[in-house]
Amino acid sequence: MKILVTVSEVAEADDEFEIDGLSIDDRYLTYDLNEWDDYAIEEAVQISESHDDVEVVTVTVGPERAEETIRQGLAKGADRAVRVWDDKLDDVELVDSATKARLLAGVAREEDPDLVLSGVQTADMAFGSTGVALASELGYEWGAVVNQLDLEDDVASVHRELEGGVEELTEVELPAVLTIQTGINEPRYASLRGIRQAQSKPLDVKSPADLGVELDQSVLSLTSLEEPETESDVDLFEGSADDTAEELATLLREKGVEA
Amino acid sequence: MSDVLAVTEHRRGDLRDESFELITAGRELADGSDGDLHLAVISGDVDDFADELNREGVDAIHTVDRGEEFNHDIYRQVTEQLADEIDAQYIVAPHSVNGLDYAPAVAQTLGYPLVTDIVDADAEGGLSVTRELYNGKTEADVEVDSERAFVTVRPGEWDATEGDGSATVEAFDAAIDEEQVRSTVTGFEEVGAGDVDISEAEVLVSVGRGIEEEDNLDIIFDLAEALDATVSSSRPIVDNGWLPQDRQVGQSGKKVTPEVYIAVGISGAVQHVAGMKGAETIIAINNDPSAPIYDIADYGIVDDLFDVVPALTEQFE
Ligand SMILES: Cc1cc2nc3c(=O)[nH]c(=O)nc-3n(C[C@H](O)[C@H](O)[C@H](O)COP(=O)(O)OP(=O)(O)OC[C@H]3O[C@@H](n4cnc5c(N)ncnc54)[C@H](O)[C@@H]3O)c2cc1C
Ligand SMILES: Nc1ncnc2c1ncn2[C@@H]1O[C@H](COP(=O)(O)O)[C@@H](O)[C@H]1O
Repeated sequence: MKILVTVSEVAEADDEFEIDGLSIDDRYLTYDLNEWDDYAIEEAVQISESHDDVEVVTVTVGPERAEETIRQGLAKGADRAVRVWDDKLDDVELVDSATKARLLAGVAREEDPDLVLSGVQTADMAFGSTGVALASELGYEWGAVVNQLDLEDDVASVHRELEGGVEELTEVELPAVLTIQTGINEPRYASLRGIRQAQSKPLDVKSPADLGVELDQSVLSLTSLEEPETESDVDLFEGSADDTAEELATLLREKGVEA
Repeated sequence: MSDVLAVTEHRRGDLRDESFELITAGRELADGSDGDLHLAVISGDVDDFADELNREGVDAIHTVDRGEEFNHDIYRQVTEQLADEIDAQYIVAPHSVNGLDYAPAVAQTLGYPLVTDIVDADAEGGLSVTRELYNGKTEADVEVDSERAFVTVRPGEWDATEGDGSATVEAFDAAIDEEQVRSTVTGFEEVGAGDVDISEAEVLVSVGRGIEEEDNLDIIFDLAEALDATVSSSRPIVDNGWLPQDRQVGQSGKKVTPEVYIAVGISGAVQHVAGMKGAETIIAINNDPSAPIYDIADYGIVDDLFDVVPALTEQFE
């Protein structure tokens, strides 16, 4: 059995940052493995550990910089990785999920996996749509926001986490794409041995052309990027921790809070 | 081609609030493009639902009486066929867990660009939408370079419609291909109740990932004890197994409306805020001044929680 895990690198903005035109100035961004994909990798690796003959392959649409993130997945137990990129994507401010799905599908067609695990969403762009778009592109079945997964032959029995503490129990025919929710497992930390091994695991780089995918003009373009205006005029207490704590204590007492 | 199709949502016999907000958002888009607003009501008690949804601003309601609960393969096929039938320019659905389970598939097959989780839209002379980027730290206007589009709208951003409507209600004869129904919903499960009901608490001390380690939770419980408050949390604390699931505030946890909500080391992600924005007074302790929690907080201390929390506890001892 083969499991393909879609792994995204995400950007996090520093506490203080500056916007340069239509993006956050790169100096204030830190790149890391997307939290949801960390859980997806863990789920795939756990399946490979509890079943015979399971290969775990990761796929990332990202620039060379993303290889550090990709190696994290390999260090945690994925067998090999594919990275897809075209410099044309550098100029796209917001790559829509349809484009990502078409590129990921190019790799999926070559790999022909039984199961694809994605994250529910990327922390930075938060479309929450790439996994299901990929399923549609491939003609696979799917399930979104999965927080429990059991595999039986050709069916995945999943719990989909709905709103308000309700879970939906669903049987999904394979092959399928499942988008993994945080909390489904406990992602491991890479061991030193894992990190060393990751350096020699295969990481193939492909262009859209290699996959037979043509990149169209981006349908989404940003016209502005701003820090949102604060809706509630927040009252900030300033000074040393002792001073601010005292001010807050006074406020809380006014509100009737007291043990 | 200027009509809008809005796909409503229900669960276990009840329409969800998002469905009524969707009418407002859909009407806005329809006005922008000078078109009609059509609603799709799929599965469940469709006639009752159609009755309830017949509000001001709706032009036509299409019902598909098939099955009780949401099934994405059915929703997908019906939405695609309806969009075709009415030649929809825009399709709208709630940015909900079920919305995420079919909208991308429909958009992909129909070739409509998809923009999710929008908080504002302007459909006059082409479509431009507003959404957050970078973990809610920035807001972007996004132009959609396409005549048609599928958008999912953030719950709580548009008011629910109130007034009565005079829409036509018609059963839509969808041709469901059973071969394409490859998933089956077999039931529901609810998160069990624990010993504390955070939704009853008047004062909540709520802890987030800023606490870093399980052992550090002690300072949170000390503060809660000093304030005679209850401890709740954001999702990562529950994901890590540090607190039971019934302490989680937010979209997938509980909705709380205490007098005072103290968010400690919580960034204020939209799914968290969905559960606590109804609190009377919101206080944030977070060392990141750009954290979105400050967009909704009434009071805040931009400082290290490991300094502020013990100092605050001391004030009450
Ligand atoms: C479908 C779905 C459903 C979800 N449901 C929920 C839900 O019900 N509830 C929920 O909470 N989340 C939910 N989430 C997750 C949500 O998107 C966020 O990931 C989560 O709320 C983040 O939790 P946090 O604020 O504790 O962590 P983070 O976002 O990591 O924030 C930690 C904060 O702590 C601050 N901090 C760090 N160190 C310190 C310090 N020393 N002193 C002071 N401040 C510090 C940081 O500045 C940061 O702002 C859901 C997500 C999805 C996709
Ligand atoms: N650039 C990318 N490369 C690989 N996988 C991605 C990429 N972007 C998104 N994904 C996958 O799709 C999921 C949802 O992302 P999004 O739809 O952008 O919120 C992520 O958790 C990843 O698993």
